[in-house]
Amino acid sequence: MITVYHYLILSAIIFSIGTFGVLTRKNAIVIFMCIELMLNAVNLTFIALSRHLQNMDGQIFVFFVMTVAAAEAAVGLALMITFYRNRESIDSDDFNLLKW
Amino acid sequence: MENLGQIAMQNVNMAAIMPSLVLSGFGMVLLLISVFSKRGRTAHVAWMSIVALVVTAIVTVSGWNNPQEGFAGSVILDNFAIFFSMIFIIAAVLTILISDSYLQREGYPVGEYYPLILFCTAGAMWMASGTDLMTIFLGLEVLSVSLYVLAGFFRGDVRSNEAGLKYFFLGAFSTGFLLYGIALLYGVSGSTKIAVIAQHVSQMPAIMENPMFIAGSILLLIGFLFKIGAAPFHMWAPDVYQGAPTPITAFMSAGPKAAALAALLRISIIGLGSIQADITALFWVLAVLTMIIGNFIALSQTNIKRMLAYSSIAHAGYAMVGIVAWNQIGLSAIMFYMLVYTFMNIGAFAVLVLAGKKGEENLTLEGFAGFGFKRPFLGVAMCIFLFALMGLPPTAGFTGKFFVFAGALKAGYVWLAIIGVLNSAVSLYYYLRVIVYMYFKDPQENFAWVKLEVPAVVSIVLALAGVLYLGIFPGPVMELAKMAGF
Repeated sequence: MITVYHYLILSAIIFSIGTFGVLTRKNAIVIFMCIELMLNAVNLTFIALSRHLQNMDGQIFVFFVMTVAAAEAAVGLALMITFYRNRESIDSDDFNLLKW
Repeated sequence: MENLGQIAMQNVNMAAIMPSLVLSGFGMVLLLISVFSKRGRTAHVAWMSIVALVVTAIVTVSGWNNPQEGFAGSVILDNFAIFFSMIFIIAAVLTILISDSYLQREGYPVGEYYPLILFCTAGAMWMASGTDLMTIFLGLEVLSVSLYVLAGFFRGDVRSNEAGLKYFFLGAFSTGFLLYGIALLYGVSGSTKIAVIAQHVSQMPAIMENPMFIAGSILLLIGFLFKIGAAPFHMWAPDVYQGAPTPITAFMSAGPKAAALAALLRISIIGLGSIQADITALFWVLAVLTMIIGNFIALSQTNIKRMLAYSSIAHAGYAMVGIVAWNQIGLSAIMFYMLVYTFMNIGAFAVLVLAGKKGEENLTLEGFAGFGFKRPFLGVAMCIFLFALMGLPPTAGFTGKFFVFAGALKAGYVWLAIIGVLNSAVSLYYYLRVIVYMYFKDPQENFAWVKLEVPAVVSIVLALAGVLYLGIFPGPVMELAKMAGF
């Protein structure tokens, strides 16, 4: 029997994997994928809780999260392309011009 | 079906979102206009966006003392939202006035710039008027996505690219935390409405021990602390502020920061009021940390733009003192302080915009040597803004800080107020150093490239008027801020 707790634990694990990936990976695209993983873990939480609570708010929230994630992806990938054009790299070690 | 439609319409109440509706409407029209205008001509878009902001300001102010709730209780246009909306509008107007000559000089006269600022302002308004975490989240994202673009606006400039990307990554990362926090709070209370969450917790105090509630609240707060650039989540701020186009830096450190504070205030005071003791303890530590980190790292900066970025972190710390106070004075002091900060900070950045050469390599302390005598008006203006940032009377910086610390004293946080005042004393050093370079060093250059463009001068004069008026007559505006509290 799969209960809401299984879903919550699964989404917590996915969220942690995403967070860990953002903090350790170097390639900007992979970092971005990890952020998407975090957002999808949140979506899973919302849907599991929405079903558990018999309340539609959570599912509506998921639609908004997906819309926003799409908008963020569009802007984020565009920023990566401009960076790549100028530096020929999207390695996060190359984000190094601004520092004290 | 008809019945359902009627019920839905009753709940809508467009009056509650009228200001942001007007603003985003103008924004979309201006996007079209800028597409159909001649390449390189952006001045008319700038003027039309000022008109849009003035119209929005009139619509916003007309709702004073007449709270409008809409969309089944997910937005409310109360005095609190109106006061903050006016701060965002002022920030946007001052920013747009300094932008046009800057965009021409740096070689990016692109019209989309102004609609993006308008969308950003509209998002900020949703954040200030949202009473549902969903509304606040959407406002935050409208604001952030526009700002990612604006921070990376100079496509050919690697530093701007880098600022945009860094802002994007850390912004999206913090959004993840914020959303997970919202999801957990939703799981505990069954709603994303701030008032319902508060009601739920007060009815069942056992929830406060629930790990899901604790984790949810912490993650939600972390998301907002990222946005206001509070330590230890401030790492993105200096880099992004330095790399972004200067007017955008000015805007970012005033408007969106105030928006995040507005949402944070509503969530923590109304939604999480039941765990007040924990939140004030947490913010006590973070406010002190933020002030110290901001001020002490600013001491070692030689790039003025970056120095102002660290000073902006420190000022977020001063504003957080008002949250710790958790009383009416503290709350209205935060609002007053953010208004003051908008004037003095954008004013200081406006002088930087005019003083910079193309590429802005000269915005260092050395580059400002002798600036005060060669360019008397800008020199005096810069001095007044720096005095305000230090918190010296008779500028508004003094009254703002005075109210914030008075709130903390009234709530019994004597040490917090003392640490705050000591931090202001530390900040004297790095602000005064700019003045010393401006007036007591021999000029290396003649500053012949500095042109007093009319719109930018208007912006500086408006900011000066704001700083001096709020400094000498703080009473009326403070009364308004008191009426805006909840």
